[in-house]
Amino acid sequence: MKQQVWDVLQTIRDKCEQVVREQNTGHRIFIQVGSATCENAAGAVAVADEFRKHIAASGRDDIVLRRTGCTGRCSREPIVSVYRPGVMPVKYEKVTRELVHGIFTKHVLKGEPLLDHVLDGTIAAMSRFEILNCGSLRCGWKGEKICGGPMANQLRAMGVEPDECRVISASCFGACSAEMAGKHTHILVRPQNVLYRLETLADLEEVVQEHIRGGRIVERLRVHDEPVSQDFFELYGEVAFFNRQTRIALRHNGIIDPESIEEYVHYRGFEALAKVLSQGDPQWVIDEVTKSKLRGRGGGGFPTGQKWALAVKSPERVRYIICNADEGDPGAFMDRSMLESDPFNVIEGMIIGAFAIGAHQGFVYVRAEYPLAVERVDNTIRKCREWGLLGKDILRSGFDFDIEIRLGAGAFVCGEETALIHSIEGERGQPRIRPPYPTEVGLWGKPTVINNVETFANVPAVIIYGADWFSHIGSQASGGTKVFALAGKVNHTGLVEVPIGITLREVVMEIGGGCTGGKAVKAVQTGGPAGGCIPAGMLDLRVDFDTLNRAGSIMGSGGMIVLDEDDCMVDIAKFFTAFSEDESCGKCTPCREGTKRMMEILERITTGKADEEDLNKLERLAKLIRRSSLCGLGRAAPNPVLSTLTHFRDEYLAHVRDKRCPAKKCTALLHFEIDKEKCVGCTACARNCPVECISGNRREPHVIDQARCIKCGRCFQVCRFDAVLKL
Amino acid sequence: MNCNHACSTDNWAEVKATAGRVLGEDLVAFIEQCRAEGNPHSQLIAVLHRVQGKFGYLGKSQLDAVAQLLQVPAAKVSGVASFYHLFRLQPRGKFIINLCLGTACYVKGADRLAEKLSDELGIRFGETTGDGMFTLEGARCLGACSLAPVMVVNNDMHGAVTPDQIPIILDQYIRKAKQQVEEKPAAQS
Repeated sequence: MKQQVWDVLQTIRDKCEQVVREQNTGHRIFIQVGSATCENAAGAVAVADEFRKHIAASGRDDIVLRRTGCTGRCSREPIVSVYRPGVMPVKYEKVTRELVHGIFTKHVLKGEPLLDHVLDGTIAAMSRFEILNCGSLRCGWKGEKICGGPMANQLRAMGVEPDECRVISASCFGACSAEMAGKHTHILVRPQNVLYRLETLADLEEVVQEHIRGGRIVERLRVHDEPVSQDFFELYGEVAFFNRQTRIALRHNGIIDPESIEEYVHYRGFEALAKVLSQGDPQWVIDEVTKSKLRGRGGGGFPTGQKWALAVKSPERVRYIICNADEGDPGAFMDRSMLESDPFNVIEGMIIGAFAIGAHQGFVYVRAEYPLAVERVDNTIRKCREWGLLGKDILRSGFDFDIEIRLGAGAFVCGEETALIHSIEGERGQPRIRPPYPTEVGLWGKPTVINNVETFANVPAVIIYGADWFSHIGSQASGGTKVFALAGKVNHTGLVEVPIGITLREVVMEIGGGCTGGKAVKAVQTGGPAGGCIPAGMLDLRVDFDTLNRAGSIMGSGGMIVLDEDDCMVDIAKFFTAFSEDESCGKCTPCREGTKRMMEILERITTGKADEEDLNKLERLAKLIRRSSLCGLGRAAPNPVLSTLTHFRDEYLAHVRDKRCPAKKCTALLHFEIDKEKCVGCTACARNCPVECISGNRREPHVIDQARCIKCGRCFQVCRFDAVLKL
Repeated sequence: MNCNHACSTDNWAEVKATAGRVLGEDLVAFIEQCRAEGNPHSQLIAVLHRVQGKFGYLGKSQLDAVAQLLQVPAAKVSGVASFYHLFRLQPRGKFIINLCLGTACYVKGADRLAEKLSDELGIRFGETTGDGMFTLEGARCLGACSLAPVMVVNNDMHGAVTPDQIPIILDQYIRKAKQQVEEKPAAQS
C-alpha cells in the first residue's frame, strides 16, 4: 500500500506540474495582486481590473496577472508585486488605480521600477544581487561569525558595492538540522534564489567571486533541500516587517493562488498527507504531533497530540473532527487570512488529524461574517473531492473522509467547544458543563476533536519537516510559532508569525515599528476579551502560554492590540466588559448577572460617581465570576478588569479619588475651555457646537458655557489653532 | 413505509403547500434536500441563513413554515433565531450599515463614527430609518483590524473612515438608490 499512495500522489503531481509549467512557459513577467477581504477592501479589485485592461491593451501575451491571498501586511495594502525574469522582485504598497498606469508603462514594460512607491519606503536604486543572511535564532551561528563583523562590511572590503549586492539580515531560515547547528551559516542569494551553506570566510569569498562577479552558481556550497520558509524569503526577504518573522502556518500566504490546487501541490502540497497515509499508522501521527510540542492555537493551549490521543482511547468507533474557524475575538484575523490565502493547507492538516483519530466525517465551523473565507473553503473541499483527496479511498489508501461546512450566525460564545457542538447540531449555542470533554462525548454524543484553524495549518509542516525540527523552534514548553494579529496604535499593522518565546518588545517595537506618531506604548492587550493588558514595563516578557497567564493575560487566539498614552485603561476594561456582557449566553448566573454588575461599577468609575470602596467591590466580584462561571467565556470575562486593576491601579484611583481621567478619554470627567491667547475668533467651534453653547464675536476670543456644554468634544476636533483645551 | 390508505391524519402535502406559499419553491426544495441527509435538524441554522438571504429578515410566518417543514418545534426555531446576532426578526433597510465595534476600531475612534452615524441618520443602533433606506448595526469584529476603523455597507467595506467622511459615504448610497429607481422605468419603456 505504501508505494501505491506515493504513486497516486505522483500522478496528481504530474498533472499539477504540467499546469504550473504551462502557466510559466512563454510568460516572462508576472504581476501579482493580493485578494483577501482586507486587500479587496483596500481597493485590490479595482487595481487588478486596471492591470487586466493594461495587459489587454498592450497586446502582450508574456505578461500574466496572478492572484494570491494576503501576506498580512495590512496597513500597506493593496500590495502589488512585479516579477521580471532575472531581476529582483519589486513590491509596491498602497497601489491605487492611478498608480497602475505608471507601474505598467515604466516598470512592467520598460523595467524601470517606481522607487518612490516600493513597499516600506523608498530605496535609492535596485541592486543586482541581494544576500539574505540567516539570523540563526536557533543555533546562534550568524554570518557575522565567519566575517568577524557585519557581513555588509566584509563585502565592502571585498570590493562589492551596495548597488551591486545588498546584504539584508533575515530571521532564521530553519535550514540547519540539529546536528549541524552551530557549525554553518546560510545565505540566500537573490534573484537566482540559491541557498548556500557557508563554513568559513573563504566560502563567502568563493560565492562573491563566482556567483556575484561571474554569474556562476557554486554547486559545491549549494544546499538543495528547501527550508520551510524559503519560498517566502525569495519573494519578501528584503522587507524588514517580513524577514524578522518565521513563517510556518503562513508559509504560503502571499505566494500561492488560494483557489488553485495545482499551485498548492507545486509547493509540496499533500506530501504530508501521502507520508501519513503511506505509513498507515495513526499512532505514529499522534506521536509525531505530541513530540512536536504543538499546542492548540485557539487560546487554551492544550497539547494537540494529547487531545488526539484522548479521542482515540474511546471505544466508540464513530468519531468526528471539527475545525474551529469561529474567530470571534475582536482584533484577531489570522484564521480569516489563513482560510482566504492558503485554505488547502488547513484542509490537509484536518485530513491528517482525521486519519490520526479515525474520523470519517469532519466539519469546518466558520463565521458567517467571513463570506470570502467560506467561498474559498468551499472551493477547496470541492477540488479535493475532484482530485480524490476527500471522499472514499483517499489516495487509494482505503481511508474515507469528508468535510462539510457549517456556518455560524454571530455568537461569540460558539468559539467555546461545547457551545460550538450545540451550534453544529442546530441548537442555540450554549455551553454545557465539562467533563465529559468532547473527546469523550461530543458531537451527537460521539468522541469529537476540535482544533483551531492555525493548529491544523501547522500540522502538514510538522509531518514534512519533522517533529524535532518543529519543537526546536519555540520555547521549552511549546513548539513552533504563533501568529499574532498586530493592530491598534502601532505603525505596522498586520499578521506577524514569530517563534513562541520571543519577547513582546521584538513583536511590537521591532516588527511593529512602535507606536504611531512617535508616542509611547502604554500597554499591549493580548487575547481579546478573555485576555488582559500587559503594561509597557513588561515588554521584555517572553510570549508563551504560561508566561502570559502569569502576567494576568492569555495567549488567546493571538490578537495583539497596542495601546498608547491616549488610551484610558479603565475605558478599555469597560469596553471588554461591555463585550462580554453582550455576548454572555445567559445560561449561568455569575456570567450573565456578574458582567452586568461589573459594567455598572465601571460606568460609575468612568463618570466620576464611584468611590474607593467600589474598586474593592469590583475586584471581589471579578474574582467571584472567574471562580464560578460555567464556561471559558465567563471565567475569562473578568481578565481585562483584573489585569488593569493590577497593573494600572493608579489610573483607577485617579478616576475615583480625583475624579480625573489621566488619558483624557472619559468625557464625563473632562471639561473644555478656550484659551483666550490662542483663540483667533474664527467661529469654527461655535458653528459646530451641537448645543450652541459657545459664544463670542468674530475675531474675538470665544467662551464655552460650561453649564450647557455636553462635552461632545466637537469644538476640540474642529479647532485649527489648538485653542480649545481638554482639561 | 408509505401508507397505502388515504390516511386523513397525514397532511404532509398540505403542510408542504402552505409552507411553500410562504417560503417559495426553492427553499422548500432546499429543506427537503436537508431532510434527505443525516441529522436534518442540525441544518436549522443553514436553513435560517437561506431564508434570511431571500427575505432580508425572519418573519413569524417564515419561522413557522421552517418549523413545519423541518419538523422542529416552533419554539426551538424561534429560540435559535433570537439567540444568534446575525438573525433579524424585523424587516431591514435597503442598505445595512455595519459599523465595526471591535477593539482595534474602538481605539481608533469607532465611537465617534457611531455618534456621527446616529446623528446623520437620526436613528440608534438596531434601528431602520423611516424611509427604509438604512439600517444601522454594530458588528463585533469584521477581521479587518488593520484598516480600522471600518464599516461595511451591504457588501462594500470602507476602511480608515473619519467622521467627516460619513455624510459623503451615505450620500453615495442615497444616489445609488435614486439611480436604481430612475433606471427601472427606463428599462421597462
